[in-house]
Amino acid sequence: MRLSRTARVALRAATWAVLGLLYLPLLLVFILSFNSARSLAWPPRGFTTHWWATFLDVESARAALWSSGRIAFVAMALAVVLGTMLSFALQRHDFFGKAPISLLAALPIALPGIVTGVALRNTFVRFGWDLGFLSVVAGHATFCIVVAHNNVVARLRRISPNLREASADLGATPRQTFGLVTWPLIRSAVFAGAILAFALSFDEVVVTTFTAGAGTSTLPQWILNNFSRPNVLPYVTVVATLMLVVSLPVAWLAQRLSEGSRD
Amino acid sequence: MRKMTGTAAAVALAAAVLGACGGGSDGSAAMTELGEGEGAVNIVAWAGYVEDGSTDPNVDWVTGFEQETGCEVNYKVGNTSDEMVELMQSGEYDVVSASGDATLRLIAGGDVAPVNTDLIPNYADVFDGLKNQPWNSVDGQSYGVPHGRGANVLVYNTEAGAAPSSIVDMFSADSPYAGKISVYDAPIYIADAAIYLMATQPELGITNPYALDQDQFDAAIAALEAQKPLVGQYWSLYTDQQAALESGSVTLGTSWQIIVNLAQANGAKIDATIHAEGATGWSDTWMISSKAKHPNCAYMWMNHIISPQANAGVAEWFGEAPSNAKSCALTADPNHCKVFHADDEEYFSNVFYWTTPTSKCLDGRTDVECVPFSEWVNAWNKLRA
Amino acid sequence: MLAPPLAWLLVVYVGSLVLLVAGAFFSLDEFTGKVTSQTTLSNLDEAFTEPAYWSLVARSIGVAALVTAICLAIALPVAFYVAKIAGPRAKRALIVAMLLPLWSGYLVKAFGLRAIVEPGSGGRDGGLLASLTGWSPGFGYPAVIATLAYLWFPYMLLAVHAGFERLPDTLVDASSDLGAGSLRTFRSVIVPVLVPSIAAGSIFTFSLSLGDYITVKIVGGTAQMIGNIIERALLAPNQPLAAAFTLWPIGIMVAYLWTMGRLGAFENL
Repeated sequence: MRLSRTARVALRAATWAVLGLLYLPLLLVFILSFNSARSLAWPPRGFTTHWWATFLDVESARAALWSSGRIAFVAMALAVVLGTMLSFALQRHDFFGKAPISLLAALPIALPGIVTGVALRNTFVRFGWDLGFLSVVAGHATFCIVVAHNNVVARLRRISPNLREASADLGATPRQTFGLVTWPLIRSAVFAGAILAFALSFDEVVVTTFTAGAGTSTLPQWILNNFSRPNVLPYVTVVATLMLVVSLPVAWLAQRLSEGSRD
Repeated sequence: MRKMTGTAAAVALAAAVLGACGGGSDGSAAMTELGEGEGAVNIVAWAGYVEDGSTDPNVDWVTGFEQETGCEVNYKVGNTSDEMVELMQSGEYDVVSASGDATLRLIAGGDVAPVNTDLIPNYADVFDGLKNQPWNSVDGQSYGVPHGRGANVLVYNTEAGAAPSSIVDMFSADSPYAGKISVYDAPIYIADAAIYLMATQPELGITNPYALDQDQFDAAIAALEAQKPLVGQYWSLYTDQQAALESGSVTLGTSWQIIVNLAQANGAKIDATIHAEGATGWSDTWMISSKAKHPNCAYMWMNHIISPQANAGVAEWFGEAPSNAKSCALTADPNHCKVFHADDEEYFSNVFYWTTPTSKCLDGRTDVECVPFSEWVNAWNKLRA
Repeated sequence: MLAPPLAWLLVVYVGSLVLLVAGAFFSLDEFTGKVTSQTTLSNLDEAFTEPAYWSLVARSIGVAALVTAICLAIALPVAFYVAKIAGPRAKRALIVAMLLPLWSGYLVKAFGLRAIVEPGSGGRDGGLLASLTGWSPGFGYPAVIATLAYLWFPYMLLAVHAGFERLPDTLVDASSDLGAGSLRTFRSVIVPVLVPSIAAGSIFTFSLSLGDYITVKIVGGTAQMIGNIIERALLAPNQPLAAAFTLWPIGIMVAYLWTMGRLGAFENL
C-alpha cells in the first residue's frame, strides 16, 4: 500500500509505543516478584529470589492451579461441542429465529459477569445443587460456547457450499463428506476456539466467585484472595509471572491455528 | 404490599411456583454425640481468625488441628457481617464466626443450629460474662460458643499532628484529616454516625446507636452525607485499609487492632486509640450451620478454636479480648488480657456491640418505630452509589 | 444439531435469568434477609426511581463508553499498521505480542495497573508513576477507565485488525489515486468498511467495562459502578434488590447488542 514515509514512521512508532505500554504493567509485576519488600511501591527496596525459591511450598496455590486446569479443560470440552453444533445448525439452515439465536449465544459474554454469576448461583442454590466443581464448569461453559461458536461459524462461512455439493455428487455419504471435506477444513478453527475457551475459563474471576462453593478455589480466586495480603503478595507476583511465561507458546499456537485457515 | 399490574402479578406468580422450595428450614436440634470427623470443615470467619501460617509462619493454629483431627480447613474471609449471613444462607459452610449483628439474623433465619455445649469441653473455661448472652442464646438454648470481643479502634497517622481523641475528627468539616479519612464500608457504620450525633446533638435523644427512629436515622444519614467529601477510602477488605495506612493515603479511620498491628509491622507510622465518646465493637460467636455437611469436624473446630492455646493466639493476633479465661496465661504479652480488658465488664459496658437494628426499638422505646436493618442497608447503598 | 446447545442456553442460562428477574418481585424479611413468598414492586421501585442510582447508571455507561472510545482510538492506527504496513514476519510477531496480554490474567493486569497508579504521600513511596513523575491520578474513575481500557484493548484490536484484513489494499490505493489524502481516505473509505468490526469489538469493550466491579475495587478508590451496587445488594443479603438492579445492565446490553447487530457486528465477532 502506498503511504507517505512520515505516516509510516508515525504509525510504526505508535504501534511500538502501544506494545510497550501493553507490557509495562506485566513487566512491573515481573520485577516486583523479585522485590524484597512486600508492597507494590516503586522502586523495589531490594532484590531477592526467595519468593521464587519457596513458592512451590504454598499448597493452596498448587491446589488452585490444579483445580483451575481441570475446570477450564472440562468447560472447554463442553463449550466446543455445544458451540460447534450450534455453528453447524445456524450455518446450514436458514430459518426464522436464526438472528435471535446468535444473539442468545452472545448474551452470556455480553451481559456483565456478575449478572450471569448471580443468576446461576441463585438457580443452583434454589434447586439444592452443590456449589463446586460442576457448578463452576457449568458457568464457564455457558460463556465459552460463544467463543467456540464464533470461531467455527466464521470458518464455515468461508467454506464454499460447492465443496460439499461436489462431494455429494461424487457419491459420498454425509458422514464421509464431513470426515473427508468439512472436518479437515474446520479442524484448526475448532482447536483455536478450544484454546480461547480454555483461556477464557482459566482467567475468569466473577462467575467463578459466585458459582464456586467452599473449598473450590481457582487460580484467579487464589490471586484475588491473596493479592491484598501483604505477606503472600510476592507469591502472587511469582504465580502471575509464571502464567505469563507459560502463556507465550499457547498464544502462539492459537495464532498459528487460526492463520492456517487463511488462504 | 402494593397493588400490582396484571403482567407483574403473572410473572410473580410464575416465580412463586418455581421458587416454592427454599426458605428457612426448621432449626434442627443440637447434636447429642460426636462422631468421626468428615475429613473437612468449611469456615467463614473474620480476617485473622483462621491462620494457617500463610500470613506469618509463626502464626498457625490450623495445621495442628488438621493433623490432629484429619479435618481439612477451607477458609473464607467474611469482610462484613452481612457477607457472612449471605454465605451462611448458601448452605455451603459449616461454621461461622458471627458478630452480634449477624447471630440473631442467622438464628431467626434457621441458618444455624443450636449448639450442644456439652460436646465442647473447652466451653467450661469461657468467661461467665460471655455465656448465655442475648446475642448467642435464645430462651436459654445456646447457639454457639463465644470467641472474643473488642472495640473498633480509631487509627491515626502519628506524623499527621497531635493524636486525635474524638469521633468528631471523623465527621467534622474542619477535621485536620479531611480528605484522608478511612471509613468501614458497611451499613452497620451508620451506628458510628449515631455515636457522633450522641456527642454533638444530644437534643436528638439517641441513647443506643442501633435504635434510631426515623428522625434520628435521617440525621445520621445527613452526617454521613456531610462526611463524604472528607472520606479518602471506604474499606471492606481489611488489607485495603492496611495498604492505605502504609502508603499514608489515609491518616485517620475506623479500624481493627489487627490492621493496626499488621501495618505497624510493615513500618507504618500509625497508632490507635478509642475515642472518648464510646466506640462500636463486637462480641463474636462461633456457630454451626443447620445444613452443615461436616458437623463433627465443625464441633471439633469450635472446641479447638476456643481452646486456651488457639484462643490466646487469635486474641493476640487479631487484637481482642479472648473468651477463654485460661488464654490469659498463654499470651505472648503477659498483659494482653489486661490491655484488652478481657474480664472487665465495666469497660465493655461502654462498648456498643454490633447488633441488628429492628423496627421494635432496641433501647426499649415503645412510642416510636425504629428503622429496621433492611432500611439501613438501602440507605447505605444509596449513600455509596 | 440445534437442540443440545439451544437447550443448554435456554434452560441453564435463560432459565436462570428468568428466575433471577422473577426474584425481583419478592419481598425480603427485614430481619433475616431471607426472601419471603410475598410479592412486591418495592425492589423495582427502589432500583429504578432513586436518583442516586440513576446517576450511578449514567456514570457506568459513561465509563464504558469512554473505555470503548479510548480502545478504538488506539486500535485504529495500530491495527492499520499491523494489517497493512508491517511485513508478514513482523505482522505475526506483532499479533502474537498484542494477544499475549489477553492471556496473562485479568487480576495480574489490574494489579499491574495498581502498581503504576498507586499514589504515594507523606514522603512514602507510591507506585511507578508517582515515583517517576511525582504525579499520579490516584485511585478513582480515571484509574478505572485507564485500567479497563488496558484490559479490553486487545479485543478491540483483534476485531479492528480482522476488519482491515478484509479491506482490499486496492480500495485504499484507488482512493489515493483519486486524490484523497490519508485522512480523507481513512475517513471516507476505511472507516465505513470497518464499522461492523468496530461494532463487534465494542461489544467486548463496552459490556466488559459496564459490568465490571473488581477493577473498581482494585483501583477505584471510592468509585462505584453498577456491578458494585449489585454485589452490595447481594451481600446485604438482599437477593430481590440485587435482581432488580441487574435489570439495568440487562436492559442496557440488550439494547446495545441490538444496535450493534444492526451494524453487522455478529457477522464479524
